[in-house]
Amino acid sequence: MKPLAILVALTFAAILNAADADNGKKLFTADGCYQCHGRQGQGGSAAPVGSYGPRLAPPTIPVEALRAYVRHPSGGMPPYTAKVLSNSEIDDIYAFLKTIPAPKPVKDIPLLNQ
Amino acid sequence: MSEPAQPLVHRRSFLSGAATSAAAIAAAVPATSLSADTPAHVEVQTTERPGADFMTEVFKSLGFEYLCANPGSAFRGIHESIINYGGNYKPEFITCCHEESSVAMGHGYFKVEGKPMLVFAHGTVGLQHASMAVYNAYCDRVPVFIVLGNNLNAATRRSSVDWLHSVQDAAALVRDFTKFDDAPVSLPQFAESAIRAYKIAMTAPSAPVVLVADAELSEVPIVGRADLVIPKLGFTAAPAGDSASVAELARLLAEAENPVIVAGRLARTNAAMAHLIDLAELLQAPVVDSGMRMNFPNRHPLNLSGNSRALIENADLILGLEVPDFYGLVNNIGRQLEYSSHPITKAKLASISAGDRLAKSNYQEFQRYQPLDLDIAADAEATLPSLVEAVQHRLTADKKRAFEARGVKLAEQHTNILAKARLDASYAWDACPISVARLCSEVWGQIKNEDWCLASQSNLFVSNWPLRLWDFEKPYRHIGGSGGAGMGYGAPSAVGAALANKKYGRLTVNIQTDGDLMYAPGVLWTAAHHRIPLLTVMHNNRAYHQEQMEVQIVANEHNRGITRTSIGTHLNDPPINYAKLAEGMGMLGIGPIEKPEDLAPALRRGIETVKRGEPVLIDVITQPR
Repeated sequence: MKPLAILVALTFAAILNAADADNGKKLFTADGCYQCHGRQGQGGSAAPVGSYGPRLAPPTIPVEALRAYVRHPSGGMPPYTAKVLSNSEIDDIYAFLKTIPAPKPVKDIPLLNQ
Repeated sequence: MSEPAQPLVHRRSFLSGAATSAAAIAAAVPATSLSADTPAHVEVQTTERPGADFMTEVFKSLGFEYLCANPGSAFRGIHESIINYGGNYKPEFITCCHEESSVAMGHGYFKVEGKPMLVFAHGTVGLQHASMAVYNAYCDRVPVFIVLGNNLNAATRRSSVDWLHSVQDAAALVRDFTKFDDAPVSLPQFAESAIRAYKIAMTAPSAPVVLVADAELSEVPIVGRADLVIPKLGFTAAPAGDSASVAELARLLAEAENPVIVAGRLARTNAAMAHLIDLAELLQAPVVDSGMRMNFPNRHPLNLSGNSRALIENADLILGLEVPDFYGLVNNIGRQLEYSSHPITKAKLASISAGDRLAKSNYQEFQRYQPLDLDIAADAEATLPSLVEAVQHRLTADKKRAFEARGVKLAEQHTNILAKARLDASYAWDACPISVARLCSEVWGQIKNEDWCLASQSNLFVSNWPLRLWDFEKPYRHIGGSGGAGMGYGAPSAVGAALANKKYGRLTVNIQTDGDLMYAPGVLWTAAHHRIPLLTVMHNNRAYHQEQMEVQIVANEHNRGITRTSIGTHLNDPPINYAKLAEGMGMLGIGPIEKPEDLAPALRRGIETVKRGEPVLIDVITQPR
């Protein structure tokens, strides 16, 4: 890894380390994220025609992508500007999402194999 | 269901006895009550031949099984005649606690039985209660036969309440969203109008109809009437597409490389599913089932509802079958502050729909206008057999091979959609509050070996989990949606569907949202009182959640108060205990269930009770969607 890439990676790691997952969990509920994405970020509605509230946890995108999307979303999601949600609060939410473990395999859930 | 009682007057002797009874009562008045100086005026105080008995005969001739009503003085005469003269049998009086429940029960009943429910209501206060449910039924093209009590003759109104409950034009309140109404001024007209109303209600596209029953007409004696006959009921064949248009559509379908069939309110009867299977299999074309009706088996390899957006985008021909919002199907309408809309497909668009045959101006349920390449204004179900035949004539061996290859790819996609649904459901599997995917999976686990019917919507409110995970293979497996997206529909329509399912011995299940139930929870009592077997499983997210999402969008757009959207939308302080509510209504209430592992035992206990013919409610604390 090149020095600059290492520096960037360390910087993001430091940001995430500083982020407060407990606060992120509170914000995830208080700021309405759970309404579409579920309380564990598992994702929300899916209709025959159209859907919204995709799965967020465990996160599959980097925090900067989350920040960018939250500021200027498309589709059905409303914008969260810096006036109502700071960057550090987004980081906290991201940290919370990272605490949510992946589910057990479908094959190990009998009710999902009927 | 009550046993049929013997009518006080045999139907065949109805007319012959009509002229005699009033005179008999008059003759029985003692002579001492008369003045010696004035001509005798004998007050007639009773009659055993009221007009309502003839009205009851009219209702019986139409074959109504049930009559849903909250009692009302404006139709007291017919009420009395139904239960005494008619023996409270076909129709049997179903006691409702709200007129909205009466109509919504009729809505759910029709979706299972295919016959209209008879509903009585006050022409004024009752109809105002009922109107929202009438709108739902209208939007959903469901017939409900509504009879309004009214006292048009001001000279015979007895009390101030009689005046409060009288109206010049009772049906005006719902005329914008009913198909036909009449206010007969005589019994012969009543009979003719009733038969006409029934016929019109059942003629596709179906919708509610209203008949005003004048109180005076129903209560005064029938004297010397030889003109009381009930016309024979006839049915109108549903309008099918003309042969030239059907042939052109068959050509388009046979030549398309990526056709998509979208089913909206297609299934008017149980026959529709087989016709759609025939068409889809012939073409090996994917089907997107909207969930408005039970149109197509969800586990059929050609059911690609879960991939609808991509199919629409890549299609070269889209055939809509009774699709009420074609514009919304083929355009992306942005949800951001500035309105935006753009087409998502370049496909040719074809439609078979009877929608334009029942168009009214005021209420905007007809949706945004979408130009179509081929628009057949006919009933889709009635047109499908001739379309299938026309497509068969166009198939060559080469085309059959190409279609088969297409079908193999589509079946693969179908398998992947189901696998993805299961993967999606595995997230938050053990969460508290319980995920809706877990809730639906647990219900499915308990009912899959029964003869079941889902009497609630598989829509956004439940993240469409039932249609994603269960196996819907028969026409009566689910009853679709409300039509008008009017809340308060869920619980009563489920009770109505369960009432229809009762005689077939089906296990009726209702996944019931909490906010919807709170509109008129008295329908639980109706279910308990009439021993209507129904398993109600609460999806209790303790909120009017859709509305909270709407407020959240606006708060974000306004850059303020994004943490305050629970105000006016939450139902959590105090939390409502639906199990206790159910117990109070006289049915078994279980819960609240807060842990996923407690669901299965609760469901087993509930189903055991339902199988004994009782309604049960299980309260489950759930995730939002």
